[in-house]
Amino acid sequence: MINWLSQIAAVTWLNLRTIGQRRGASTAAAFGILVVVAVFIAILSIAVGFRQTMTSTGDPATVIVLRGGSDSEMTSGIARDSARIISEAPGLLRSPAGPLASAELFVIVDVPKRTTKTDANVPLRGVQPAAFAVRRNFRLLEGRRFETGKNEVIVGQGAAKEFAGLEVGHQLRWGENTWTVVGIFSDGGSLSESEIWCDVDVLQPAYRRTGFQSVHARLESAAAYDRFKDALTADPRLDILVQRETDYYAGQSEALTALVYALGILICPLMVAGAVFGALNTMFSSVSTRSREIATLRALGFGSGPVVISVMVESLFLAAVGGGVGAAFAYYAFNGFRAATINWQSFSQVSFAFRVTPALLATGTGIALAIGLVGGLLPAIRAARLPVATALREL
Amino acid sequence: MKYFPLIWRYLWRRKLRTLFTLLAALFTFALFGVLVATNVAFGMGVDISGANRLVVIHKISLIMPLPIAYQDRISAVPGVEAVTHMNWFGGVYKDPKNFFAQMAVDTPTFFDLYPEYVVSPEQRKAWDADRAGVIVGRDLASRFGWKIGDKIPIQGTIYTKKDGTRLWTFNIDGLYDPGKKGVDATQFFFHYEYLKEAASRGGDMVGWYTIRIADPQRAAEISKRIDELFANSPYETKTSTEKAFAQAFANQIGNIGAIVRYVLSAVLFGMLLVIGNTMAQSVRERTNELAVLKTLGFGNRLVLFLVIAESCLLALAGAGLGLLLSWAVVTPLVGMMLKQFLPVFYIPAWGVLLGLATALLLGLLTGLVPGIQAMRLRIVDALRKV
Repeated sequence: MINWLSQIAAVTWLNLRTIGQRRGASTAAAFGILVVVAVFIAILSIAVGFRQTMTSTGDPATVIVLRGGSDSEMTSGIARDSARIISEAPGLLRSPAGPLASAELFVIVDVPKRTTKTDANVPLRGVQPAAFAVRRNFRLLEGRRFETGKNEVIVGQGAAKEFAGLEVGHQLRWGENTWTVVGIFSDGGSLSESEIWCDVDVLQPAYRRTGFQSVHARLESAAAYDRFKDALTADPRLDILVQRETDYYAGQSEALTALVYALGILICPLMVAGAVFGALNTMFSSVSTRSREIATLRALGFGSGPVVISVMVESLFLAAVGGGVGAAFAYYAFNGFRAATINWQSFSQVSFAFRVTPALLATGTGIALAIGLVGGLLPAIRAARLPVATALREL
Repeated sequence: MKYFPLIWRYLWRRKLRTLFTLLAALFTFALFGVLVATNVAFGMGVDISGANRLVVIHKISLIMPLPIAYQDRISAVPGVEAVTHMNWFGGVYKDPKNFFAQMAVDTPTFFDLYPEYVVSPEQRKAWDADRAGVIVGRDLASRFGWKIGDKIPIQGTIYTKKDGTRLWTFNIDGLYDPGKKGVDATQFFFHYEYLKEAASRGGDMVGWYTIRIADPQRAAEISKRIDELFANSPYETKTSTEKAFAQAFANQIGNIGAIVRYVLSAVLFGMLLVIGNTMAQSVRERTNELAVLKTLGFGNRLVLFLVIAESCLLALAGAGLGLLLSWAVVTPLVGMMLKQFLPVFYIPAWGVLLGLATALLLGLLTGLVPGIQAMRLRIVDALRKV
């Protein structure tokens, strides 16, 4: 047994040490695997990052109230009276200034993207003063808040990066009104960072609206949800839909996440198949260039087991190097990479960062090792079956 | 051509290696096809948009409506041939997951402006006569198993009926077919008149106008005229060509197109290395044979040609089979699975040509280095080395 193990160690060490002599083929195989892993991680990090942005919006104690039958703020409508009834519902957290409920108007304005210079649908949200207390992670990064009653806006940091002309001090003209950017804010990486905010009482007349589209509110605790919801649903004056913000935004992220996952899952097998054949070629040529060495070892009394294992280890080693470098590259190149896309449910832009999570890195490396395993198996068996006499004669 | 048997024999000198290289190229180019189709799908119809059509939207945003009265005023602008309008209905069929576009369209003008939606005259007639009638795309009908005569319940999310309910029922009077490759056959067109009569509010406004102009050269001038017509009104407009509109819309999806191109380049570069390495190795192993060829009187150029021809043949065979696999099996399959997100998913002719051109380039590049080595080979050195 010891003898067998020392044989494995000897042959494997020989293989690994001589990789340098097969530099070209080995690099090519490792590089093929590197590309597969990097691409796989990059694609899925889009889905992970997008979902993370959507689900970090709100917490279990925040709720969104929409009109019954509507599927997003865009299509919803809440009359002024209804908004007042909602803000008086039981279960809401109250402050000296009143209940933490903000009736909001959600519209879209065309602002050019920095990268393409073409107009994009940027969400413009009119909020009430309570909005800042409902969103606990709200922080002003630059400038100040808008003054009530004035045509002033503050811009989420994601929107400020992605779209042109949203710097503090800039003037924006939408229709008959001119707005001034007075501040930049962050909100814990949430969807709000893709938005522009202003005073809802100024936005209503500018867009010829009298009511609101949603009410965002903070509850006393996450457990107060049922009490709040039941009271509102039972009220015959209202036709509304109450959801936790976390559930609402998770639902909004479904379509895009599903699309990216589907693309990733469909592209992946083709890439893996391509890389497997690349690895097979490399390992077969590695075995064939060493057929004399292997035959010599066999003639000296080395078993076929150690030969098989040594080839497998070499293949796995190349795969691990390729996969490791690919994963590291994907992490440094894509983690935190910012992009913006359209969220079809709200028909507006969402700015988000790609997220390369440990789970993604692990899956990527796992794929690399699987390629190495498959790519090494057949050549290893061939190496073990090499007829000693023929191989020694071969030149 | 007479050297073909020789090249052929060279290719099969190491059967397994050639086979694996071929398969690696095959899968790479199958992927190439899928990526080209993805690019087309994310292009949102930019390539097929009508050159003689303009889109008029509210200046602030597409979601803001425009008055119906604009139709006559736009028609009066010189150079404008026809005007139609559309409203996004935004309804839900049974479950929000069953997303598809429903449009309230102007009955007399819509199909005239969009000849790419092909409907038979009988079905068109039945639709004209049916107030709650709808014409749906063939792909949409097959997705839900709808037939002509079916009643389709749609829950309105934007529009409520006058009686306070939100359930709208439509009758399928016809199916439209895409008139050319790349036309979205997953839409749902019903009468604007029906919306206007039955909706509790918002029915007197339209989402946007599409106009046809006689001379595409005058697009910029006519756009300017239309926008000037409504300047300083409560409903200012922004007019652009359908192509620019589609392009801006595609840009909204963001860097995905760019990411797809990066992925493509990365994968192709990886393959270039793998295939190139195999080729180089195969030539190196044959140093003696090439020397023998030269001894027999094969010229330097001919040897270079033989090596490059071999690598090109391998790359083209792999690419051809891969693109065929992609076109016949993979893309239709993927397209079916992604239909609800990306209604148009196919490999255009330019994609196949681009793929083959890439393969040729790959073959040339990978054959060049070992080919030049083979060309410079001195017979004495090569034959001495064993």
